[in-house]
Amino acid sequence: MEPILKVENLKTFFPVATSMFGKKKYLKAVNDVSFEVFENETFGLVGESGCGKSTLGRTIVKIYEPTDGKVWFEGKDVSTIKGDELKKFRKDAQMIFQDPYASLNSRMTVGEIIREPMDIHDLYPTSKEKDEKASELLEIVGLKPDHIRRYPHEFSGGQRQRISIARTLALNPKFIVCDEPISALDVSIQAQIINLLEKIQEERNISYLFIAHDLGAVKHISDRIGAMYLGSLVEVGESNELYRNPLHPYTRALLSAIPIPDPHLMRNREIAAIDGEIPSPLNVPSGCAFRTRCPMAMEVCAKDTPKLRKVGNSQVACHLYD
Amino acid sequence: MEDIKLTADLFEPLSEEEKNSEFIAAKSKTYLQDAWGRFKKNKLALAGLAFLIVMTVLAITVPMFSPFEYDLMDLTSVNLMPSLLHPMGTDKFGRDIFVRIMYGARISLSVGFASAFICLFIGIVYGGIAGYVGGKVDMVLMRIVDIIYSIPTLLIVILIMLIFGSNIVSILIGLCATAWMGMARLVRAQVLSLKEQEFALAAYVLGASKMRILFKHLIINCMGPIIVNVTLMVPSAIFTEAFLSFVGIGISAPAASWGTLANEARSLIESHPIQIIWPVASICLTMLSLNFIGDGVSDAFDPKKK
Amino acid sequence: MSLLEIKNLKTSFTTEQGMVQAVRNVSLSVDEGEIVGIVGESGSGKSQSMYSVMGLLSENGIIEDGSIVFDGKEICPIKFDGTQKEWEKYMESIRGNTISMIFQDPMSFLNPVLTIEKQLIEPILNHRKKLNRDQLHTMAVELLTRVGIPSPAERLKQYPHQLSGGMRQRVIIAIALACSPRLIIADEPTTALDVTIQAKILELIKDMRKNLGSGVILITHDLGVVASTCDRVYIMYGGKIVESGTADEIFYEGVHPYAKGLLACVNNPEVDDNELRPIPGSPPDLLAPPAGCPFVDRCEHAMKVCKLYWPKEKSLSDTHKVHCWLTEKGSI
Repeated sequence: MEPILKVENLKTFFPVATSMFGKKKYLKAVNDVSFEVFENETFGLVGESGCGKSTLGRTIVKIYEPTDGKVWFEGKDVSTIKGDELKKFRKDAQMIFQDPYASLNSRMTVGEIIREPMDIHDLYPTSKEKDEKASELLEIVGLKPDHIRRYPHEFSGGQRQRISIARTLALNPKFIVCDEPISALDVSIQAQIINLLEKIQEERNISYLFIAHDLGAVKHISDRIGAMYLGSLVEVGESNELYRNPLHPYTRALLSAIPIPDPHLMRNREIAAIDGEIPSPLNVPSGCAFRTRCPMAMEVCAKDTPKLRKVGNSQVACHLYD
Repeated sequence: MEDIKLTADLFEPLSEEEKNSEFIAAKSKTYLQDAWGRFKKNKLALAGLAFLIVMTVLAITVPMFSPFEYDLMDLTSVNLMPSLLHPMGTDKFGRDIFVRIMYGARISLSVGFASAFICLFIGIVYGGIAGYVGGKVDMVLMRIVDIIYSIPTLLIVILIMLIFGSNIVSILIGLCATAWMGMARLVRAQVLSLKEQEFALAAYVLGASKMRILFKHLIINCMGPIIVNVTLMVPSAIFTEAFLSFVGIGISAPAASWGTLANEARSLIESHPIQIIWPVASICLTMLSLNFIGDGVSDAFDPKKK
Repeated sequence: MSLLEIKNLKTSFTTEQGMVQAVRNVSLSVDEGEIVGIVGESGSGKSQSMYSVMGLLSENGIIEDGSIVFDGKEICPIKFDGTQKEWEKYMESIRGNTISMIFQDPMSFLNPVLTIEKQLIEPILNHRKKLNRDQLHTMAVELLTRVGIPSPAERLKQYPHQLSGGMRQRVIIAIALACSPRLIIADEPTTALDVTIQAKILELIKDMRKNLGSGVILITHDLGVVASTCDRVYIMYGGKIVESGTADEIFYEGVHPYAKGLLACVNNPEVDDNELRPIPGSPPDLLAPPAGCPFVDRCEHAMKVCKLYWPKEKSLSDTHKVHCWLTEKGSI
């Protein structure tokens, strides 16, 4: 099967101002990442803040231009498309943002917000049809049609996130980058949003790239998961497999740190938490980026950068499996 | 707690229709309604607004309906004290001061508001483009601003008055030639900080054009500081115009701006001091009310900044 | 006697739209050496009830009713024995001293232009004046060591922006610990942090209780956090406490539909493909809260009575209390 999205050796670097005569420095936010997302599939992406997962998502929808590598969407190289093809890409590939308070224009009514994508892409001929469609979308995400005249600030975080989902659905996209859509929400609301996203996926055959720092939620919604550390994927696997049998020490640490709502279990649990914190992406350690915090670091880890390759049913980038 | 009589039917399950969980109690208010609500609470600003409205209405009607023309000389009744016929008296040429003050209000107010709106327009477009496009365009546009900023405002105004003559149009050009830059810088700074916000990125990903993002999303969201800035630009324009006319390079007689009137009355300050009080009081009260309004507007649009 | 005892606390905020009844008749207690969790959604009043205790309500907030007894002394402004000025003075003397607070956002709490050392010794200077410079420095080093910051002496000379998010939160905890407080109120201390760091911070909070014997109130919306740290839990919803009990009672014998619903909608990664059962709808608007149970509009068991009246407290054990009409259903 052809993947709907194929990311090949993608690199996104940001130049950093240094002294006038110094060598130009780069912040390597995304460093050589490759993966594929298939139709109707959810690919989860996890990692600590600052690991480049959001930059990766934004590069895919062309908010940032890649420094190197390619993003193929439905067989087309995204970096070269123009004109009508670009417009079609904008319609098919959407994004849901993290902060429900910042992602809606506070000067527009909910109706205007949901109608905007229809206006941009000339989807429905008359204003009345657009309004009807907007009310219908509001109902799909569980809000009331009469909310259409209200302003975003009158809604709670979860309601706002549903409004932004309704906005992307107005375009009927094939692929949505969900950039931490639930991390700013309350627990009871997180489940609502996840279930809503799953329901929409079932009904409309949408593929998701689901970015989060919370492995628990990602595991639930994802078919496959990639763990990211300092700009690179360190492990990719089917989600239950990755959870039951994590290969990379970083994935293991991430998993053991998830708080589970079960006091008995928590009291007897050993936390294999890793020491220290993620190093600055300006000074990525040589060899394996994770070696400075890895409990199992070996000599070879400082020398060679491990490549992602198949081990068992997953792919992992670690010298332990050489 | 009060005693409740519990009956079995109270324990019937509630139907879905009776639940009302997406309920929002507060009345929906637009941004401007919200701001007006806060503005109304500021009594001084309201008084300022009232004064300004009265002044505007008088400025329009008085010269229209008064029996006297602003430049009608009557050498039989020079330097009169206020009376019913001449509420503010007459000047050394026997012209009615009340009509002249109101005629001056026309000039002063229209210079103030017109220049503020011209600057608003230029500033939004110029600053918006600089901030949104960014990079080299921003660099070039802002350096141009820096260069013009380095020339003193008065010098530019005087030069323009010398070239185009002393009339209202050249005063406007002179005032706007420098005043738009403050607005442009403000808009640029706001746009720069807003364009990385998620709502702007969301519009971009939806496929919105640059113009749409800039005007429908970014400019609209910096309307608060822009409006505050405009309300502060009006008094400064009025003041500059009055100053220029007072020193004799602005509107020249027989046309009357408040600055011109003050200048004319200056020579009679010892014999008829009352004549200078009228234009000066007009300028002061207008300034004061505009500044009160500015204060109220800035509280209304930016309630956190106090 | 409990370290902190809150009875029938009522806190409201005046806004342009009307009165927001943020905290409505909240009663809770904390003992020394105990970690108590307050769980609820944003807007459930959990933070505002603690700000009421600290005397840190914003200008438009007022305590309408209730009593707050800390360490045997009434500190509720409306019942305080003395004038408003005396109350403010008293609160200043205990804040950061015997009660301290850990905030959610470490960056906005730390002053960017002061070194870590200056900020760390400030509460000590305010409350324990008889120390000289060397003693203060040793204390500061000790505090940073206690919260697990490596090479403390160098860190003390740094500024907040030179530290990572997890380090800053540790510094905040160190500041809170500076005067060995008897009660620590932690307001979502790990929400802004990554899971790997969250686990460490929670360990630290548990150690604190063990070493200092202080009482800890942990405000959170994450039941996973509660499960790993708290002895007792209060569940808050719509400004009211709907259920309270030991962690085991809440997690394994929970009664209130909201408490149970919270558990059902948390993804438990231990189970393959477990179904998430979210609580439908949104929290009530506290401008016009429902007369009865605030959860009525989202509750799958809602009855007519729930909409009209707020149920009395029912004791299921010495520690386990719940407000829910379902417990009365059989008896009518």
